Amino acid sequence: MSSTSNRKFLQRQRIYDSFFQNITKFFAFLVLATLLGIIISLIIGAMPSIKQFGFNFLINDSWDPVKKDFGAWSPILGTLITSFIALFIGVPVSFGIALFLTELSPLWMRRPLGIAVELLAGIPSIIYGMWGLFVFAPFFSDYLQPHIIEHIGSIPLIGLLFTGAPMGIGMFTAGLILSIMVIPYISSVMRDVFELVPTMYKESAYGLGATTWEVVRYVVLPYTKTGVVGGIMLGLGRALGETMAVTFVIGNAHDIKASLFMPGTSIASALANEFTEADGVLYTSALIELGLILFGITFVVLTLSKILLLQLRKAEGSQS
Amino acid sequence: MQQVGMQSKISVKGLNFYYGNFHALKNVCFNVPAGAVTAFIGPSGCGKSTLLRTFNRMYELYPKLRAEGEILLDGQNILAQDVDLNLLRARVGMVFQKPTPFPMSIYDNVTFGVKLYEKLSRSQLDERVEWALKKAALWDEVKDKLKQSGYSLSGGQQQRLCIARAIAQRPDVLLLDEPTSALDPISTAHIEELIHELKSEYTIVIVTHNMQQAARVSDYTAYMYLGELIEFDLTDTIFTKPSKTQTEDYITGRFG
Amino acid sequence: MKNDLYRKRRLINFINLSMSLMAMLFGLFWLAWILYTLLKYGLGGISLGLFTQTTPPPGSEGGLANALYGSAVMSLLGAAIGTPVGILAGVYLAEFGSKGWLAPATRFVNDILLSAPSIVIGLFVYEMIVIRMGHFSGFAGAIGLSLLVIPVVVRTTENMLRLVPNSLREAAFALGAPRWKVIMFVTIRSAKAGVLTGILLAFARITGETAPLLFTALNNQFWSNLNSPMANLPVVIFQFAMSPYEDWHKLAWAGALLIAVGVLGLNVVARMITVKRESA
Repeated sequence: MSSTSNRKFLQRQRIYDSFFQNITKFFAFLVLATLLGIIISLIIGAMPSIKQFGFNFLINDSWDPVKKDFGAWSPILGTLITSFIALFIGVPVSFGIALFLTELSPLWMRRPLGIAVELLAGIPSIIYGMWGLFVFAPFFSDYLQPHIIEHIGSIPLIGLLFTGAPMGIGMFTAGLILSIMVIPYISSVMRDVFELVPTMYKESAYGLGATTWEVVRYVVLPYTKTGVVGGIMLGLGRALGETMAVTFVIGNAHDIKASLFMPGTSIASALANEFTEADGVLYTSALIELGLILFGITFVVLTLSKILLLQLRKAEGSQS
Repeated sequence: MQQVGMQSKISVKGLNFYYGNFHALKNVCFNVPAGAVTAFIGPSGCGKSTLLRTFNRMYELYPKLRAEGEILLDGQNILAQDVDLNLLRARVGMVFQKPTPFPMSIYDNVTFGVKLYEKLSRSQLDERVEWALKKAALWDEVKDKLKQSGYSLSGGQQQRLCIARAIAQRPDVLLLDEPTSALDPISTAHIEELIHELKSEYTIVIVTHNMQQAARVSDYTAYMYLGELIEFDLTDTIFTKPSKTQTEDYITGRFG
Repeated sequence: MKNDLYRKRRLINFINLSMSLMAMLFGLFWLAWILYTLLKYGLGGISLGLFTQTTPPPGSEGGLANALYGSAVMSLLGAAIGTPVGILAGVYLAEFGSKGWLAPATRFVNDILLSAPSIVIGLFVYEMIVIRMGHFSGFAGAIGLSLLVIPVVVRTTENMLRLVPNSLREAAFALGAPRWKVIMFVTIRSAKAGVLTGILLAFARITGETAPLLFTALNNQFWSNLNSPMANLPVVIFQFAMSPYEDWHKLAWAGALLIAVGVLGLNVVARMITVKRESA
């Protein structure tokens, strides 16, 4: 090859290189722009409602399409309460499952059990919803709810949460189904980070005569707290935004009731139910503002978890 | 097997060990003398770590691993079914290839094992921590920062912390599995000195891939090859006039 | 020896490990119940007509053919749009992202998008496309789904490329290969199985997604093209299940079974690729 054609070849490759790099850069930027686009378009869509109701929208608990009086308090509360129930049940169960899969299960059962848990994550959310509405809710209201209302409902304060007619659907059912949906996410993260703990650390604790539980409690958990928190946040993010399963079973009532057995609404389910039927600019715009709030909440949760993880990692970094 | 004229702490009798179908230890018989340092040497894969890990049955954590035969610790067969593993491990301390401080303070690291089995008052615990850290020759370096994380120490200090953690529990036997393989020469010298100090009170078993180290720190040496115990004798004897040519070849570096 | 304390510790250990077993059973219990329900109600509705007839008005015979078709078209199109975008952005993050603000910012934003509620994505596409076009369309649905595919593919592509050992890149550079060739023909190729798994998992996810289609593709009782509202399995199931009609419920259960089998099947295939790669 002569030196001139060689130079030409090299030059061409250099152009290809920078072209390739810029293409990938463009698409990376596109991802960034998508998020900005989502935020901007939601703000524009929500403008009429923001102008009309202002800050009051957040704390107003009325939702009246006829009088055109809209407030987000009830769906916000519903979203937070159902997600809280989901974590309240889901986190301990996920921890137990991860513990079982990493420390207790016989080796030959680990894989099938792991796949079974992942199947829970694979089931589309609409199926959770259908199952919740047609199978679980009737069962719950016939066999469990009356007993819970009778026994726990009579306890002061806590009992207030479990009163009312046994309808099957409602905030509690929605939270319970959400908990089943977040379990595979949280437990698989926990299992993965538990497996990252160097064997030697666990053996050191066993070597001192610690029981399995003590090894997990004092060595595995502190060692993996970063990942565990990350897994919980991932589950929370999923619970906050889950739409279909909640829409089926929450009851879709824009009321605020003390009892978890009463129907309520969440932001996502309000959108799913009402958006295509909403008439009038203000109604649509109020719903879009709900979407904006939901996005804001998940944004804050995820950002907080990232900052938290970063700090934990930094703290660990300075120790080593 | 030649008997060495000392009281034995651990008696290994007809020990066979299996990883699934792999026969890793073949009919091992010998006595670990009390109050002395015994070193296991041999090329990698010869079964020296495996043998060490039968003394506290650490292998029980994993499926498909099993030991047959007898290991008598003070006359009690620790391979028997009814032996409580946690109690056994509290009696037999262990230190690993790499330092393994737990994610907690230096103080909590040392008291971790103690608190598992003894209910002590705060001042008793303080005493125990000071005692163990002094034994491990770490006290002067850490006495002002007991509340700091165990990770804040250097590698050599971390390993001495792990030794302190093990002896704080006041075990009878101390198992050291290549305790200096991850350390620099100065830290290694520290640890070796420490082993020397500790042997009057504990029965110490050390696995090492470093023959000079075995010669420096141990009173007795076992040479292993392919899962068999080839020779066991006083360290001086092994290194100066081994009775088997196989041992001699390894010692002199003609093999391995 | 120190027996009281030890007995208490053993009891605590036993109790906690038992709870762990209970947690495992708790999880399996729901899985079994849901799968049993699906089979019990779904199997009865499975027939040839399901695949040949279109969605019926209440009270008459029908199937899900148009919904199946719509779901397939929109999911494939969504994956086809999302995959190249995701791979290229992932390549940028893994190969060129070591300096500058764009890569960390994109990584952060991608994580947000990964967990963003899918219904919000639906709202965004409604604002951007449905309103502009003036009507709901299958095309808008596909765009909505592609926005769910992108973050998954970005994440897996970046992770998989990072797993490729640097020695491999260096070996290719040492032969004098230009960067784009190294990336396209060496790095991506050796991360192929992992990236493919990511794409399949993303595809599995969007075939079961309902929320972003509610206000983009909407629904349609008939066969339709991408420029008009398009029937799709999840939205049909939603509408039929929420209706008061028995025969619609039956179709919804049959559809739910189909969707579950499809999504879980894709998951299994994706996992088999990973297993093959691990054992190879």
